[in-house]
Amino acid sequence: MSHSKITMALAGNPNAGKTTLFNKLTGARQHVGNYPGITVSHKEGYFKHQDHKIIITDLPGTYSLTAYSVEEIVSRDFLTNEKPDVVINIVDASNLERNLYLTTQFLEMGVPLIIALNMMDVARDRGIEIRFKKLSELLGIPVVPIIARSGKGKEELISEAIKIANKNLPLISKDISYGEDLDEVLMELIDTIAEASFLTPNYTPRFTAIKYLEHDDQMLTKGAESNPELARHLEQTVGVVSDHLLKTMDVYPEAIIADHRYGFIKSIVRQGVMTHKFDTDRLYTSDRIDKVLTNRLMGPVVMLAILFGLYQFTFSWSELPVLWMEGFFSWLGATVEFYLPDGMLKSMVISGVIDGVGGVLGFVPLIMFMFFGIAVLEDSGYLARVAFMMDRIFRTFGLHGSSVMPFIVSGGIAGGCAVPGVMATRTLRSPKERMATLLTVPFMNCGAKVPVLVLLIGTFFNEHKALYMFLFTMHAWLVALFAAKFLRMTVLKGEATPFVMELPPYRFPTFQGLLIHTWERTWQYIKKAGTVILGISILLWALMTFPGLPDSQSEYYETLRNQTLSSFTPHVQQELEKRISKSNQLSADAEMLRNKLNLIDQQQSAATLKNSVAGKIGSFFEPVSSFAGFDWRTNIAMLGGFAAKEVIISTLGTVYSMGDLSSENAGSLGQRLFNDPNWNRVVAVSAMVFIMFYAPCFVTLVCIAKEASWKWAFFSMAFNTVFAFLAAVAIFQIGSLFG
Amino acid sequence: MAEMNLRKMSRNQTGIIKAVKIGGELGRRIREMGLVPGTEITIQGRAPLYDPVALRVMGGTLTLRNHEADHIIVEVADNK
Repeated sequence: MSHSKITMALAGNPNAGKTTLFNKLTGARQHVGNYPGITVSHKEGYFKHQDHKIIITDLPGTYSLTAYSVEEIVSRDFLTNEKPDVVINIVDASNLERNLYLTTQFLEMGVPLIIALNMMDVARDRGIEIRFKKLSELLGIPVVPIIARSGKGKEELISEAIKIANKNLPLISKDISYGEDLDEVLMELIDTIAEASFLTPNYTPRFTAIKYLEHDDQMLTKGAESNPELARHLEQTVGVVSDHLLKTMDVYPEAIIADHRYGFIKSIVRQGVMTHKFDTDRLYTSDRIDKVLTNRLMGPVVMLAILFGLYQFTFSWSELPVLWMEGFFSWLGATVEFYLPDGMLKSMVISGVIDGVGGVLGFVPLIMFMFFGIAVLEDSGYLARVAFMMDRIFRTFGLHGSSVMPFIVSGGIAGGCAVPGVMATRTLRSPKERMATLLTVPFMNCGAKVPVLVLLIGTFFNEHKALYMFLFTMHAWLVALFAAKFLRMTVLKGEATPFVMELPPYRFPTFQGLLIHTWERTWQYIKKAGTVILGISILLWALMTFPGLPDSQSEYYETLRNQTLSSFTPHVQQELEKRISKSNQLSADAEMLRNKLNLIDQQQSAATLKNSVAGKIGSFFEPVSSFAGFDWRTNIAMLGGFAAKEVIISTLGTVYSMGDLSSENAGSLGQRLFNDPNWNRVVAVSAMVFIMFYAPCFVTLVCIAKEASWKWAFFSMAFNTVFAFLAAVAIFQIGSLFG
Repeated sequence: MAEMNLRKMSRNQTGIIKAVKIGGELGRRIREMGLVPGTEITIQGRAPLYDPVALRVMGGTLTLRNHEADHIIVEVADNK
């Protein structure tokens, strides 16, 4: 038995069920990465079919194979460079004609192809009858009907695909007629290209010729690189034809080609491939839902209700698991406290590692619930409606309806992350709108800012948690949109881009799909916490611990301690020593002694912190930051936030726990802040505003630099920080005025 | 039969695309989504702020902005 390895590529329109089929085939055996240099994610999965090991790549969903978007270029380059043994083109049977447009381009390219005709059940419910054998006959490639959601037909699909893969077919472009005018030129171009072996064997001469006629930028560049002279000749020939067509018929060659591709599809479909049993104007369930959900009056109301509902779901349902996580980490802290000897190591493990990482991981349940909710909106098709309804507003601010996605991913519904948000701007075509989106998404309340906001809201505005969270999210939106408008009016002036988009039919999301979605994003968060944050947490602990107190001061506290001890009777001292690990009743004298000793410890820790590197930095900025109501301790936390927003909460935790090493009567961070004289409601709002809007975290900055340039990354850092600081100062000053 | 601009069509009105008068990226995008001459379209509705517009095309729903719809000429049945 041979153990042959077969490579497959899964391609198709967005919403054709590609990801569902991919998940069904590979289950959890998949790997998500990025294509080198660009940020379209590269999904690869593995499975076995009989004796064959199969590696399958999920190509990004596209409508076409022109060089219109990065997704299209990625798909095309993958097919050319990786040469998969077979391409599985998933086609939505309920939307056959439009889906076959991409198929015609695979046929032109000449790759070994098989069609997976998905959603036969949906089509049947809509009264569409498809004779798939006839379709296969007319296209000259195998067609296998499947239902991706249930996995029906996938075995047969893979068997057929393997058969094709084993044939090792060369690239053969299918002849599709583009009308008399073009066919003639096409033949001429093909002859020239074939004679010179131009761009072969990667592309067939026919494909190259078509792309020249379509004026495909990527192919023109490749051509000019490989044979400049011939490329110029081809471009000239095409130029003459274009001018002629434009003069006589007022059309572009690419328009004629597109029209004829659809002509070809219609001619096939009409040869008895597709028949409608019902009236085609009949309203489908999806349209009926849309009558309400995108209704001009009801739509926005329902949208706000759904987004607010998502909040309630996330915050109230995750409350219990968040408590469990917190409980686990305080247990862990207490255990370490008990077993490790006092000293540097203990201090590092508790203050650096457990408090730091625990503070981040403690919010994993919340983030999971949030991502789950977003996955439901995304997979059900509702997010596209949100883009549709919001486009007019977004355009007002110089953005695009599709900017909604990056905004939401970044935390438009609080709890995202600006890193994938910045990456999601890849789908925006206009460089200007993309840049404006990219620079303003870090204003949204990402999953790392949420815990800080939750903490401060929970501490200072406990009575209306969900409402305040909602208000702060709306605030983030407003600031981001006006900032975008400001950028589009100044540094990023320019025209708007097309908004031709599909509204996919509403679907019940598959449970597997939701879980995979949720897990992928949560895992990204955990990975960040486990690596970057751990390192930063330890680094910050070091900054806050060293250089330590000068000997004279340490001695001072030691003397103070001894004096206090000796002012009590030996009997009381002994009592305290015996019971030191238990909190049960002590005599009044012993209790008093313990409190006095704790106070001295606290003062010493505070003095140590103030003397540390971080304390010095914090104190240095205090004269400036006090305009916004921040003391040196808050400054340290904000400083940590430059590295990653998660660090803010863990640093606050460390800064405020350093007061006393015996964590017995410490109370939660929230309680400590509440009791701190430097904190009140006005400071809390000022701090939240500053945290929401100041410099993006380091990882986001790196992403911005990769997507745009370091110049823009630095611009973002400076612009945001200055803006946030001015806003915080305004709030604190005005707020303090009104008490 | 009369020709009219897609933008001017009213809700639930049906027509057949006569011409798509634009090239470049927007033209390409419009065509690849199935908006080519000979295709039947029905206006399904408009967003809350009257823009973009949603169309029913070959069993699917597409959206485009009004100023993009301007490039599409549609043949519709005469009113009354």
